[in-house]
Amino acid sequence: MGNSSSLMLRDEEIDEISRDTEFNRNQIVRLYSRFLSLDKKGQGYLERDDFLNVPELAVNPLGDRIVDAFFTLAGDNEQKLNFRQFVRILAHFQPINRGKKNVLNGRREKLRFAFQMYDLNKNGYITREEFKVILNSMVGANITAEQLDKIADRTIEEADGDHDGRISFDEFCRAMEKTDIEEKMSIRFLN
Amino acid sequence: MFFCCGAQMSNWAVNGNKRERESTKFAALRNNHKDQLFKKEQIAKALWSELLKTKGCHANDVFKETPSKEEIIKIGLFFRDRYPRLRMGTIYELLKKRDFFECSLILGLCDYGLEERLRNAIENGTSHENGSTYQILSFDFPAVETPFLVASWLILASAAKMAFHSKYFPDSSLLVVVGFILGWVFYNGFTWIKVEYYQLESSYFFHFLLPPIIFDAGYFMPNRALFENFGSVLLFAVIGTVWNTMAIGSALYFLSLYGWFSVSFEIFEVLTFASLISAVDPVAVIAVFEEVHVNEFLFINVFGEALFNDAVSVVLYKMFRNFYDIGSESVQIVDYGKGMVSFFAISLGGTAVGIIFAFAVSLITKFSQNMRVLSPIFVFVLPYMAYLLADSMGMSSILAISICGIVMKQYVKGNLTPTAVNSVKYFTKMLAVGAETVLFMFLGVSAITSPHHFDWTFITCTIVFCLVFRSIGVIVQCTILNKFRKKKFSVIDQFILSYGGLRGAIAFGLSASLPDSMSTKPMFVTTTIAVIYFTVLLQGVTISPIVNWLKVETKEDRQKTMTESIYTKYFDYTMSGIEDIAGIRGKHYIRDTYERLNAKILKPILMQNVAKKDFDASVTVRAYAKITLEEALHLKEQKKRKLDERLTIDRSAISDSSMDIHIPRKRKDTVNKLIEDQASVEMLYSLFSDLLDRKLEDISKQKQINETEELQDDYMAQINVANMRSQQNAPNSSQLQPSASSPNI
Repeated sequence: MGNSSSLMLRDEEIDEISRDTEFNRNQIVRLYSRFLSLDKKGQGYLERDDFLNVPELAVNPLGDRIVDAFFTLAGDNEQKLNFRQFVRILAHFQPINRGKKNVLNGRREKLRFAFQMYDLNKNGYITREEFKVILNSMVGANITAEQLDKIADRTIEEADGDHDGRISFDEFCRAMEKTDIEEKMSIRFLN
Repeated sequence: MFFCCGAQMSNWAVNGNKRERESTKFAALRNNHKDQLFKKEQIAKALWSELLKTKGCHANDVFKETPSKEEIIKIGLFFRDRYPRLRMGTIYELLKKRDFFECSLILGLCDYGLEERLRNAIENGTSHENGSTYQILSFDFPAVETPFLVASWLILASAAKMAFHSKYFPDSSLLVVVGFILGWVFYNGFTWIKVEYYQLESSYFFHFLLPPIIFDAGYFMPNRALFENFGSVLLFAVIGTVWNTMAIGSALYFLSLYGWFSVSFEIFEVLTFASLISAVDPVAVIAVFEEVHVNEFLFINVFGEALFNDAVSVVLYKMFRNFYDIGSESVQIVDYGKGMVSFFAISLGGTAVGIIFAFAVSLITKFSQNMRVLSPIFVFVLPYMAYLLADSMGMSSILAISICGIVMKQYVKGNLTPTAVNSVKYFTKMLAVGAETVLFMFLGVSAITSPHHFDWTFITCTIVFCLVFRSIGVIVQCTILNKFRKKKFSVIDQFILSYGGLRGAIAFGLSASLPDSMSTKPMFVTTTIAVIYFTVLLQGVTISPIVNWLKVETKEDRQKTMTESIYTKYFDYTMSGIEDIAGIRGKHYIRDTYERLNAKILKPILMQNVAKKDFDASVTVRAYAKITLEEALHLKEQKKRKLDERLTIDRSAISDSSMDIHIPRKRKDTVNKLIEDQASVEMLYSLFSDLLDRKLEDISKQKQINETEELQDDYMAQINVANMRSQQNAPNSSQLQPSASSPNI
C-alpha cells in the first residue's frame, strides 16, 4: 500500500495525471473506477491475470499480446501496473486533437503500441517467425500452414525496406503510411 | 350477323341509363377522368377488334381518312352528352393529338352515324387482304406494342449514353438534355407517334426502373464505411430531411401569403410539395458522384443520406397528403402523433422486411447446390419481392430492398460459385445502369409531356430555398457531429455535402403521382422538373471542376496491399481489446459483438461449409487469393510477351521490363545478376516459368472444386462434361468430396 498505489485518489494526483496525459478530470475518475473494478484482489496494482479476467479479452485472439504490450510499455519488469501507468498507456488511444500537444497519443506513439504487440522478444524488430505467430493466432484455424507461410512472407516482403528479413519500427511506420492510424487507433473516452 | 352484334352492342352502350352506366363496370372509374377515358377506350377497342376479326378486316382501313369537320364536332358533342363529367378540355386535348381513332371507335360502336361507313368498308372489301388471299407477310403492330416500346426505349437510351459521352459533363446531364430534345422533336414534329409511347407513368417508374438501381446501391454498398459513419448518415437522413421540408415549406407558404406567386395554396399542399422536393435523390447522387471520384468518406455520407432519407420523405409525403385530404381544419394533434409513430413503423418495417428476405435468399442459395445455374434468380427476384411487399404495406420499399442487398451480400458470396457471384455482380450493374439511363432520358422527355404551369418566381424561390436551407442544415449538423466524431467534417467537406444534395427522379415520380384534384399540381410538377434540371445539369456539371479546384481528396485508386488487409483486421482486434480493458462500450465493441454473432450463429446457418468459429478469417484469405491471382495473371501476360519477342530479345529489354513485374527484390537481384553474368535467355525463361508455375499452382488448388461445375461454351461440351462427371461418380464417389482444408473463396 505505497504512495503510488493508494486506493484513494487525491486531487493533486488527478491534476498531475491530467497534465501528463491530457485526460480531463471526469475521464480520469471514470478510469479509476474501472481500474478498481479490474483490481479484484484489491492490491492496488494490476497483474496479467487481472486483465485476462475480462471475458471479452479472453476470447480476443490478440488478447494476451495486448496485455503483454501494456506491461512492456509501462517499462515494468515485475509485471505490475499501477493506476498511473494504466492511464498513461490508455492515453495513447486518445483521438488526436489538433488543438492540443498530443504528446502521448501521436501517430508514432500509437504505432509503437501496435509494434510492441508484435515484437515478442522485445528486440526492436519483428522477425518472420514472430509475425507468423501473430498471424496464426488471428487467422490460423482457417488456412493451411503453407498458406500461412506465404501470407506471412508476402506481408514481410512488402514492408521490409532494407531486406534484412525483419521489420524495424521505422519500416513498420512507413508501411502504415497510407493507413489512417489516427482514426483507426483512437477511441472516444467518455466523460 | 353484324347488325345483330352491332345492335346488341349499341343497345348496351346507348340504352343503359345513368345507373347502369355507373354500374360495376364504370364505378371504379368515377373520379379519375383520364382513367375513365383510357379504360373505355380499351373496352371499346377490344369489342371493336373482336367485331372486325369476325369480318376479317382491320380497323385502320375504316378510318384511313381523317374525319371531316362535321364528324369531329359530332365526336365532341357525343362525349359531352354521354359523359357529362368529362371535361371538354380533355376531349379537345385528344382531338388535338389526333386521337380521333379512339374517339371514332366509341362513336362507331354507339351507332352515331358512322355505321354506314363501316358497313361500306366491310362489304366492299378492303385493301388489306383478308381471308380471300394468302398473306405472306402482314404487319400487326398492336400485338407487340408494349414489349416493342420497352425494347426500343432501352436501345435508344443505351445508344444515347454511348454516343453522348464527354469527360466534361456527367452522363446523366447529357442524357437529360438528349431526352429533352427527343421529346420536343416527338411532340412537335412526329406527332403520329402517340404521346403514351413516350410518357413515363409514375407506376412504371416506381415498379420497374427504381428497384434495380436501389438494389445495386445496396449490394455494392461499402459496409464498413457505412458502419463507421452510421451516426452522421442517420442524422443527415432523418433530421436533415425534416428540417429541409419544414423550412422550405414554411418559407414558401409565408411568401405566398404576401402574394408573391401566381397561385395560392394551403399550408398542407405546400408542405407536401416541400416533402418531395427536399429529399436528396440516390439515383442522381450515384450518377454524378461516380464520375467525380470524391473520397469514400464524403461519398458515403451523401449517398447514405440519400438512400436512407426515403423513409423520412415517404412518411412526410404521406402525412401531409393525408392532412391535405382531411382538410387543414380537421387535423388534430393526434394525427401528428400518428405521423411520428408511422415514421418508426415505416422505417423499421421496411428494414425488417429487407432483413427477412436477405435471410431467405441466403438460405435458399445455401440449399441450392444441385441447381447452381438457377440460384442467381433468387438473388434478384427475392429482393424485388421485398420491394413490392414493403410498398404494398405502405413501408419504405427503398429501405427494404437496399438493406436486403446489404445484408445478403456476404452470405450469397459464400454460397454461390465464384463465376456465379461474378455474374450476379455484372447483371446487377447492367440492370442498374440500364434503368438509370432510361430514367434520365425520360426525365428529359417528361419535361415536354407534362402539363405545365410556369411560375418563375416560385421556381426561383424554391431553388434558392433548397440551396440555402440545405447549407444551413449541413453546417449546423456538422458542427454538432464534430463534437462527437474522431474524423471531423472540414469546411470543404461541408461545402461538398451541401452542394452534392441533388434532387432527381424520385421527386419527379412523387410529384407526378400527386392527385389531379390538387389544383396546384401542374405548378408543382413544373417546379419539380425545373429543380431537378437545375441540380442535375448545373450542379452535376459544375461539381467536378469544383471538386478539383478545391483539391478535395479523391478516392485512392491503388490496390490494397496485403499488409493493409491484415493490419485492418489486426487493428480491429487490438482496439476492441483496448475498449474492453478500459470498460468502454464503443464502436469496436459493437462491431466485435456483431462479428462474433455473425461467425458463431448467422454464418453457419446461412452459409454452406462453415463450421462454428469464434472469428472469421476468410477476408484475409480472400484478399491473399485475390492479390496472388492478379499477380499471376500479370506474370502470365509478361511471359506471353516475352515468348513473342523471343528472337529479338536483348539485355536492356529484359532488365527494363523486369521492373514492371512486382518481383520481390531478392529475385530481381537474381535476375540482374544473371544478366550481368551473361547467362542465356533460357535460364531467365526458366526462372519466370518457375515463378509462374508456382503461383498458378496455388490458384488452381483453390479452384479445383469449382472447375467441373463451370458452364461450357456450347451444348456438346456441356454434355461431354456431364458424361465425364457421371463416369467419375459411378466407380469412386469418395473422390469428389472437396478437401476440408481448402478454403471456400
